[in-house]
Amino acid sequence: MTADLVSETPERPVASRPSRRSLRRLDARTVVGLVPLALVLAWVLFFASGTSAGSAVSEPGEFVTTMLDGLTSAGLYFVVASGFTLIFGLMRTVNMAHGSLFLLSAYIAIELQQRMVGKSRNIVADDVDMLSWVIPLLVGAAVAAAIGVVIHQVFLRWNQGQELRQALITLAISVILADQMLARAGGLAQSMVWPADVTHFIEIFGQRYATSRLFILAIAIVVGAGLWLWLNRTRMGIVIRAGVADQSMVRALGINIGIVFAVTFFVGAFLAGMGGVMVASFAGVATGADGQWLLHSLVVVIIGGLGSIRGAVAGSLLYGMVTAFAPGYLPSDYTFYSIILTFVLLALVLAVRPYGLFGRPE
Amino acid sequence: MSATRPAIRTIVMVGAAAVLVLLPTFGTDFFVNFVLTRTLILGLAASTIVFLSSYVGMVSLAQYLLAGVAGFTIGNCVAESGKGLKLGLNPWLAVVIAIVVSTLVALVLGGLGSRTTGIYFLMLTLTYAVIGYYVFGQVTSVSGFGGITGVNPPGFFDTHPVRLYYAALVLSGFAYVGFRAVRRTPFGLSLEGIRDDPVRMSALGFNVPLHRTLAFGLAGMVAGIAGIVNIWWNGQIDPNSVAISATLDLLIVAVIGGISHLEGAWLGAFVFVAANNYLRSLPLVDRIGVTESRFSTVVGVVVLVIVVASPNGLIGVMSTTAERVRTMLPKSTNMPTTNMPTTNMEEST
Repeated sequence: MTADLVSETPERPVASRPSRRSLRRLDARTVVGLVPLALVLAWVLFFASGTSAGSAVSEPGEFVTTMLDGLTSAGLYFVVASGFTLIFGLMRTVNMAHGSLFLLSAYIAIELQQRMVGKSRNIVADDVDMLSWVIPLLVGAAVAAAIGVVIHQVFLRWNQGQELRQALITLAISVILADQMLARAGGLAQSMVWPADVTHFIEIFGQRYATSRLFILAIAIVVGAGLWLWLNRTRMGIVIRAGVADQSMVRALGINIGIVFAVTFFVGAFLAGMGGVMVASFAGVATGADGQWLLHSLVVVIIGGLGSIRGAVAGSLLYGMVTAFAPGYLPSDYTFYSIILTFVLLALVLAVRPYGLFGRPE
Repeated sequence: MSATRPAIRTIVMVGAAAVLVLLPTFGTDFFVNFVLTRTLILGLAASTIVFLSSYVGMVSLAQYLLAGVAGFTIGNCVAESGKGLKLGLNPWLAVVIAIVVSTLVALVLGGLGSRTTGIYFLMLTLTYAVIGYYVFGQVTSVSGFGGITGVNPPGFFDTHPVRLYYAALVLSGFAYVGFRAVRRTPFGLSLEGIRDDPVRMSALGFNVPLHRTLAFGLAGMVAGIAGIVNIWWNGQIDPNSVAISATLDLLIVAVIGGISHLEGAWLGAFVFVAANNYLRSLPLVDRIGVTESRFSTVVGVVVLVIVVASPNGLIGVMSTTAERVRTMLPKSTNMPTTNMPTTNMEEST
């Protein structure tokens, strides 16, 4: 699916020669990465009988639904993190306010949905048609995107290349935004409501499974495909990829890369906003969700490699699988330790590839 | 020229130290035992960020987590009842354990991140910090359910807040002098070499990841000490005290003071703590938000202004002002090289 789509980029044949050489050299390291993977697979498939889910052989339903959970979480991670990595890839800007844009868009969409439905509380899925979900999504994401562009134009345009300074600036902005959102929205969790059309259950191996999760997955795949088409099949995509490779050469060719930067920031922040609305519908958002989802984006790009869309796909899949499988497949007494597995995943990837699976050192 | 500037700096530092030593005799209890003790603890923790950033070129967001690790270790070792592991050890033994634990954690985390630099390292340490927060939040056998409370300092400090103030002061002094002394050792010099050109240092045969790991371990040890004093001062610790906001606060402290000057850590801490305590009584602050004083908004705006206007923080503002004044004086015979505000660490001792 998305992974295959994105990996078919034209630069693939060019890159294959050095990568084969490095593959031979990295053999020992690859083993370091693959052995734990094999052990985990064996555990999940055959030995995980003392866990809340049970081993995959005896409980195929649990296994498949956990797998789907992992895929849908990966979808959410991907939508948010792809915006983060897109911005970094082109502009070398680490946008620490990514999580704030995520949360801001969610709050705006929730507010708008309440107005469209005409109730401020106890909204149920039957009140919500497709339109009163999609329009808040688009409006919220567009506002986040517009604010993202303003942040870029006012605070980041003139100090291009000073990565740390830009990170600190966006960090300060995120502190301000977080405090102002807390003042206006309060500390209680709020949530969007799915439209009635996607709130059904289907039967998978005897397990009920919510179609809203599959809806998330579908959106993520559409986003991934759209990004791929945009980056690989449009003129602007060509300019962006050229800008990632060599910015000054793009300028020298007479291309106005300033506009491309603004558009990229718009799209990156839009994706953060979309993710915010999706998460608000899926699990609700509250104060602190901004930091939490900044963390998710960071983990995804650290695993996948900063600046690479392909890396974002791989990173969100791995991270999504770990967060989905860890609570169910750890021995029952150790379920609380599932967060540590995220760290183990991070450590393993860094031990094998310090710049992430698809990342390149500067 | 180059001889006068360190002299001025030394005079200022000695003067500040003298004021701080004498302060308990004439300052109010609240100011000394609350504002200043907290300033010194925060400054001590923030100085590790400054050390890593200016000597090794690694901006770490994990320092507050390491302080928290030490704090939780103390809490678990000392407390005899309540939540946590309740080991009931001797408080001084607990100190040793806490320092060892925080140093070891720092070495492991530093080792993992030792091959990444710059912005990548910042993100990685932010990830450490947040994951650490979730670990303490979920593994309740170590963190208690809502934290560990009633952690008393050793008898020497118990009910003697001024002694705790002096302890924080002495430790801060040690850290300041120590970090500056490290620079003159071969280890410190190779750290600076690694900051400036890791590839060349590695070609010269230096083990770059090992140096970075050791530097991170050293910073982790000092952060751990800050965490120990902090839990003695606070009496309790809970997962929220290592949350992302606390982590960012510490970075903000370092940035306000000036992330490339060691003194900046304590200056930034003072500004931060003073703002935290006295800002609410200023007029008009309530207008920013809807209900209460929006302290974080003010701090965020301050940081934004500082980073936009002067990346070297308040210390940077001071030294550029001093530089301007000096160049306006008639007898100035400045060498052109001393006038570069972009390179941070040139005015060394």
